[in-house]
Amino acid sequence: MTTPASPATAPRPRDVYFFATCVVDQFFPHAGLDAITLLEREGIRVHFPEEQTCCGQPAYTSGFADEARKVAAHQLALFPEDWPVVVPSGSCAGMIKHHYPTLFAADPVRKAAAERLSARVYELTQFLTEVLDFKPQDCGSNCTVVLHTSCSARREMGVHLTGKQLLAGLKNVHIAQQDHESECCGFGGTFAVKQPEISSAMVEDKVKSLKATGAERVVSADCGCLMNILGHAAWKDQQEGRKTPSLPGEHIASFLLRRTGGKAAGQENGQ
Amino acid sequence: MSQSHEHTLHFRPADGFRERAGEVVANPFLRQSFRGAMDFLMQKRAAQFPNPEELESLRSLGEQIRQYNLAKLPTLLEQLEANLTRNGIQVHWAETPEEANAIILGICHKHSAKLMVKGKSMVSEEIELNHAAEAAGIEALESDMGEYIVQLAHEKPSHIIMPAIHKTKEQIAKLFAENIPGVAYTDNVDALIQIGRQVLREKFEAADIGLSGVNFAVAETGTLCLVENEGNGRMCTTAPPVHIAITGIEKIVEKLEHVPPLYSLLTRSATGQNISTYFNMISGPRKPGEKDGPQEVHLVLLDNGRSQAYADEQLRKTLQCIRCGACMNHCPVYARIGGHAYGTTYPGPIGKIISPHLLGLEATAGLTTASSLCGACGEVCPVKIPIPELLIRLREESFSEPQANPVMRGQGAGHSPLISAIWRAWATVYASPALYRGVSWLGSRLRWLVPRRQGGWTRVRTPLQPAPKRLRDLLQDRN
Amino acid sequence: MNARDRILSKLRAAAPSTVPAAPLVGDWFASHRPAEDAAAKVQRFRHFIELAHAEVHSVNRGNWVQKLWEVLAAKELRRLLLAPETEHGARAFEALTELGVECTAYHQPIEQGKAVMFRHIPASLTGARAAIAETGTLILWPDVHEPRLMSLVPPVHIVLLDANKIYNTFFEAISSEGWGNTQTHALPTNALLVSGPSKTADIQQTLAYGAHGPKELVVLLLEESAQ
Repeated sequence: MTTPASPATAPRPRDVYFFATCVVDQFFPHAGLDAITLLEREGIRVHFPEEQTCCGQPAYTSGFADEARKVAAHQLALFPEDWPVVVPSGSCAGMIKHHYPTLFAADPVRKAAAERLSARVYELTQFLTEVLDFKPQDCGSNCTVVLHTSCSARREMGVHLTGKQLLAGLKNVHIAQQDHESECCGFGGTFAVKQPEISSAMVEDKVKSLKATGAERVVSADCGCLMNILGHAAWKDQQEGRKTPSLPGEHIASFLLRRTGGKAAGQENGQ
Repeated sequence: MSQSHEHTLHFRPADGFRERAGEVVANPFLRQSFRGAMDFLMQKRAAQFPNPEELESLRSLGEQIRQYNLAKLPTLLEQLEANLTRNGIQVHWAETPEEANAIILGICHKHSAKLMVKGKSMVSEEIELNHAAEAAGIEALESDMGEYIVQLAHEKPSHIIMPAIHKTKEQIAKLFAENIPGVAYTDNVDALIQIGRQVLREKFEAADIGLSGVNFAVAETGTLCLVENEGNGRMCTTAPPVHIAITGIEKIVEKLEHVPPLYSLLTRSATGQNISTYFNMISGPRKPGEKDGPQEVHLVLLDNGRSQAYADEQLRKTLQCIRCGACMNHCPVYARIGGHAYGTTYPGPIGKIISPHLLGLEATAGLTTASSLCGACGEVCPVKIPIPELLIRLREESFSEPQANPVMRGQGAGHSPLISAIWRAWATVYASPALYRGVSWLGSRLRWLVPRRQGGWTRVRTPLQPAPKRLRDLLQDRN
Repeated sequence: MNARDRILSKLRAAAPSTVPAAPLVGDWFASHRPAEDAAAKVQRFRHFIELAHAEVHSVNRGNWVQKLWEVLAAKELRRLLLAPETEHGARAFEALTELGVECTAYHQPIEQGKAVMFRHIPASLTGARAAIAETGTLILWPDVHEPRLMSLVPPVHIVLLDANKIYNTFFEAISSEGWGNTQTHALPTNALLVSGPSKTADIQQTLAYGAHGPKELVVLLLEESAQ
C-alpha cells in the first residue's frame, strides 16, 4: 500500500517525469498526450525522457526475470532529478514501485536506485488527486460512464479510489456501478495469449457487466485493460453486425481533459 | 473424469488442461453455477470481516504465527512426536504417498479391517488412499456429505472445502436414487441429507478404522485439532476402535494459543462462518476407565514434496497455507473453470503453487500460466501467502534452462529454446533506445501489415494494431 | 536412514538460521476483544448459539429439571441418556424417572452397547465445562462419566451450562485455564468445542441440520437471576 501524500503539506512539484509505458507509446498515444496536457494545464513542466521503452513487466510476469532486469535496468537511469515519475497505468507503476526493488535485490547499487525511484512513482489518477489535489470543473453535458480499475491499481498500488474520486468531481457525470467491479478483465499480459479460453470467458463477462450498466462509455486508467475490453467489445460488434461501437471507451486522462474544456488529442478508442 | 483412475505419478495435470478448461467455459450452465456458488461464498466471507483494520491485523497475526512455526518446523516436529507418543498416539513418517499408504494399510491389516470410514482429508486424496485401500480389499468410505456424494459419482472433489460444489441437487437426487438401494428420487435437500445420514450411521457403527485429516497439530500438548460442521469427523475419530490421522508435515503450531487466531481465520475465510459447529481436539486414545474413543490412535506425517518447498525461503511461504479455500472462491479463473479442470488434488490458486512440489514441474508447469496475476487470491489469503509472486517464481523455475542443481523437481520442464530466444530478443530491443525507436517506428509505419489472426488474442477480440503515430511522434509534432 | 530421519535432516538443513519473534497472540486479543461483563457475555453467547440453530432456555438451580422435562415432553422424548454419577445427572435421573422418562446410564464400554447407542437413544444430557461468548460455543470435556459419544450420537443433545462459566474468547479459555501447560493441566483425551447442532451445506450451498451428529442442540443456561 502507498502512503498518500497529504495535498495540504506536500509541496506542489514544478517538474515531473512522464513514463508513458510501451502500450501507450505504441497503441494509445493520444491517452499519453492527453495526460501530459492535463498535467501541463496544472502548471507543471512535464519531462518525457526520450530513451524510455518499457518497464519490463511482460517478461517479469512471464517468468523471464533476467530479461525483465535487463530492460528495467535501462529505465532506472532515466530519471536523474528528484522529481515525481507519473505513469498513466497502474500496472506499470506497480511494476516500478513494487517489483523493481525485488528485481534488483542482488545488486546493491541498482537496488538502492530502484528504491529511490520506487518512492517517487505515482499512478496518474493518484498523482492528480493526492499530490495536485486536482478538482476538475465539468463543462460537459450529462453523461453516464462506467469506470474499470485495473487489478494492479487496485491491489498493488492501492489506488482504486482515486479514479472514482476524479470522476465524482465532474458534476454532470454519473458513475454507473457494474457487477463484479473488482474482478479482473482477463487481460493479464501473456495470460490472454497462453490461456485464451479462460481469458476470453473473463473478458466476455466483464464486457457484459459493463454494458449492463447502460453507461455510454467505459473509462480506465490502464490501457492494457482497455485494449482487452475494447478489443472484445469491437469484436462482438463486428460479429453482430453493428457499425457503431456498443461500448466506446477511453483512458481516463482523455475523458477528464475533454470534460474540463481541453481538447483531447484524438477520437476515443473504439478500436 | 477419465484421469481419476490413473496414478498420481503418471498423470500430468497440465496435459489437456486447456482442453478441460475450454470445455467448462463453453458450458453456460456450469459457468453460471460456479459463478453463483463463488459469489455466495465471497459474500459470506465479506460479511464476517466488516472491519478492515481487524481483518488486516488478524491476517498479519496469522502470517506471523505460520512463519514463526515454519521457522521452527524440525524442532516442533520432534516435540510433537515426543508429546503425542507420551499421550499414547503412535507417530509414523512417510516421505511419499506410497509410504503413507503402506503405513495406513499395514495398520488396517493388523486389525483385519474390512471397512474404513473417512472424515474429510485432502491429504488422503493427495495420496489416493481410497484407490490403494480398494486394491487391498478394504472398503474406504467417505463420510463428509460432499465427499460421499463425489465418491458415489466416482468423481473427485472439485473444491477443498465444498467437494461437491459442481453438482446440483437434482444431480445428487438422481445419484442417490440410482445408487442407494430403496431410495426414491427426491431433490429436497433436507431429505437428501437424511438419506446420507442413515446410510452413513450404519457405517460408523460398523467401521473397523476411522481415518481423518488434521487442521492443526499442537506440539506443546501433543494434540490433533479437527475443524468440521457435520459431526462425521467426530464419528470417524471416536466410534471405530482405531483412528488414523494423516497430515502434511507443515500443519504444526508450537502452542495451543496459536490455534484460536488461525481457527477464526480459517472458518471465516472458508465458508464465512464465525466458527464451525465442531472443533475436535484429540490428545490420546481411550484411557483406562473411559468407555469410548478409539483404543489406538495413529498419526501419519507426510512429506511428499513439502520439504522441497521448505528449502527455499520464498517457496516456503507456500507451506503457510491453512487450506481455507478462500483463494479459489475469489479466483476469476477458478470461478470460470471449476476445480476438476486443474486435474490436481488441490485446485485453484493454492493448487497452482503447491502442486508443483507434490507432482514436479514436469506435470504442472502449464498450470502456472493459468493466472492473470490479478492478485485477488493474495488479497484474501488469511495468512498472506503472496500467491501471485509465487506463481511468477514458478514460471521462472519452469521456463528457465534446465540447471545442474535445481531448487525444484522438474525445473526447466517448460523450457523452450524458441520462447527463450524471443524473450532475449525482446529484451535486446527494449533495453536499447535506438533499437526500440526503430522497431516501434516500423510498427507504426507497417501497422496495416499486422495479421488478422493473432493467436489466442483474436479469438474474441479485434486484432491489435499499433497507432499511426507513437506518443513520441505526437510530442515532436506538437513542438 | 528411515523416512523420519530423512525428512528431519532435510528440514534441518533448510531451516532458517534465525526464528522470527514469537507472535503476540495475547496482545491481539487484548486490543481487539475487550472483556465484557457477565450480562453482556451471556447475551452474546446466546445470540450466536441461537443463530447457529441451538435452542436456549434460561433456567435457575431450582427449576432446570422442570424445564428439562418440558423440553423432553415437547419433543416427545421418552428416553434420556445421562450420567447419574454427576450431580446434575443424579438430579435429573431422580426427577425424570418419577415422571416416566426412561433414564439410561452409559455404564458399559461402547463395544457392549453400540447398537443401543446408535439406534435406541433419542436424547442425551451432559454438562458443559464452560462456554465462549464471542462465537456462541460450548466447551465440553468428555470424561469417564460423560463419554465422547454422548454429545454426538443421540439426535437431541441437551447441555446444562452455568452462565458464570462463559469466557469472552476461546483464547481466554485456553490461557486462563492453562490448557497449554501439560504439567499442571493435561488436556483430556478429547476436548470439544460445540457451536450448534450438526449441519452441512454440501448440497448446493443449502444449509441443512442434522448431518451426522445431533439434529437438535438444547442449552439449559443456569442463571441465578432467571425465574
